Amino acid sequence: MTQATLKQLSQQLAAKEVSSVELASQYLDRIEALNPRLNAIVTVDREKTLIEAAAADARIAAGAASALTGVPLVHKDLFCQQGWKTGCGSKMLDNFVSPYSAHVVEQCAAAGMVTLGRANMDEFAMGSSNENSFHGAVKNPWDLNAIPGGSSGGSAAAVAARLTPVATATDTGGSIRQPASHCGVTGIKPTYGAVSRYGMVAFASSLDQGGPIAQTAEDCALMLNVMAGFDARDSTSLERATEDYSRDLNRSLAGLKVGLPREYFAAGLDADVARAVDNAVSELKKLGAEAVEISLPNTELSIPAYYVIAPAEASTNLSRYDGVRYGHRANDYKDLVEMYEKTRAEGFGDEVKRRIMVGTYVLSHGYYDAYYIKAQKIRRLIANDFKAAFGQCDVILGPVAPTAAFDLGQMSSDPVQMYLSDVYTLSVNLAGLPGMSVPAGFAANGRPIGLQIIGDYFAEAKMLNVAHQFQQATDWHAKAPAL
Amino acid sequence: MSLTHQDVARIAKLARIEVGEAEIAATAEQLNNIFGLIEQMQAVNTDGIEPMAHPQDVSLRLREDVVTETNQREAFQAVAPQVEKGLFLVPKVIE
Repeated sequence: MTQATLKQLSQQLAAKEVSSVELASQYLDRIEALNPRLNAIVTVDREKTLIEAAAADARIAAGAASALTGVPLVHKDLFCQQGWKTGCGSKMLDNFVSPYSAHVVEQCAAAGMVTLGRANMDEFAMGSSNENSFHGAVKNPWDLNAIPGGSSGGSAAAVAARLTPVATATDTGGSIRQPASHCGVTGIKPTYGAVSRYGMVAFASSLDQGGPIAQTAEDCALMLNVMAGFDARDSTSLERATEDYSRDLNRSLAGLKVGLPREYFAAGLDADVARAVDNAVSELKKLGAEAVEISLPNTELSIPAYYVIAPAEASTNLSRYDGVRYGHRANDYKDLVEMYEKTRAEGFGDEVKRRIMVGTYVLSHGYYDAYYIKAQKIRRLIANDFKAAFGQCDVILGPVAPTAAFDLGQMSSDPVQMYLSDVYTLSVNLAGLPGMSVPAGFAANGRPIGLQIIGDYFAEAKMLNVAHQFQQATDWHAKAPAL
Repeated sequence: MSLTHQDVARIAKLARIEVGEAEIAATAEQLNNIFGLIEQMQAVNTDGIEPMAHPQDVSLRLREDVVTETNQREAFQAVAPQVEKGLFLVPKVIE
């Protein structure tokens, strides 16, 4: 049962072949058995879960169920959830039990979904390897010596290990797509503004976007139907009509133009990854798609622009952690300023401190124009590249990361080297476009490789169509790690 | 550009993060590596380019000037490090 997709579980629950309580119990048992090796889940509360599952069963029995009522899920530990610890991978929030729920959490609860637990993550969503968590690194279920990817590494690893059929996640610079790629699962980052950020612990507000990680594109579509939608409490939430993200899943790909950016296949791309992406393109051509070469000339500039904009926004967002209203407070201090300084020195990990300091500097007097405004201008150039590209093609295809998952500890002493591994994902966040990762093969060392699909604004349904058709023709997404 | 140890101490002060003497050198090195990466931007001509703050170029939505939240002081103060009589306690600020 725990190998089933969201879609299959939804059907089994509707047909009353299984109850939500039975299902939740099976997943909780699996978490108990496997999580000590993976560290993908940081909080479990069996009693709370079973209460939610019993409520879902009552709703199903009363004939008031929606498509996902009774289906279990795991929330990334940065979506505030009333009554659950919302730790955000940080010592700073390790004592924080949220008094309210995020919009996404409310939407999932309203659909009748059942919370299995909370997923481990890089502290405040800062990282590409999930080694920056206060709770320790998450292990990749395909190879316990490998990173799962970050910052939604707990979410991706939990889905890959079948500890849950689906998990919520967030993507600021690739944090849904990259761990999905490294763990061999499917994840989608929607258009900026499609999913409310209300109640999502903020990292870089103009880049952060929530989305699902699941086994298949079809499951991601079902989850987006629940997660997306206008929310007046997020001032950047887009006022658009609700849509059915699964409406185009079965559309033919005949005549679809897929753009291959030449900058994504240049030096630095691992041969195994290049081969997997090439094979995926060939597969899509068999399904009727046509490949066109395109150019995204400012791709490399996305790294410096991102590492100015994201830290700048982080430094402002994280100024709220001062030990006054919630979170950690240092024990020993002589005055208010020392309380702030010690609280923040003790509560934040190294990567978070680094980024706050970079952000503080680029926003400081005399440097704002040279760094922050400059980066925002480069952001426009990057968005313009995509605009031109979407004049030539329907979706853009490429790798998610230059290599398959690297070894735990391999890059942790060299942050800059780690930042470079985000080169194919960052520009999508800077432009605010939707992007996804779909399993597309394995490296010689047995670690998964993902195919990135990038769409124009609001083209989620089209991307999910491409991904679903690819998954109908291949079985990479159906493979599960031996645990 | 290269940050000196004094620069790092000043940034840490502005960021309200205590960085001990022993950590300053390592922090300076890491920040300088990051700024080395960021410096690439300066080679790009961005004259006449409008900075981009929001992908859809929309202006922020305004709402009616009415109270929409209910009073949840107790719930929110329950997670505070130190409260007394409904107030957040901090060290003495005014001598």
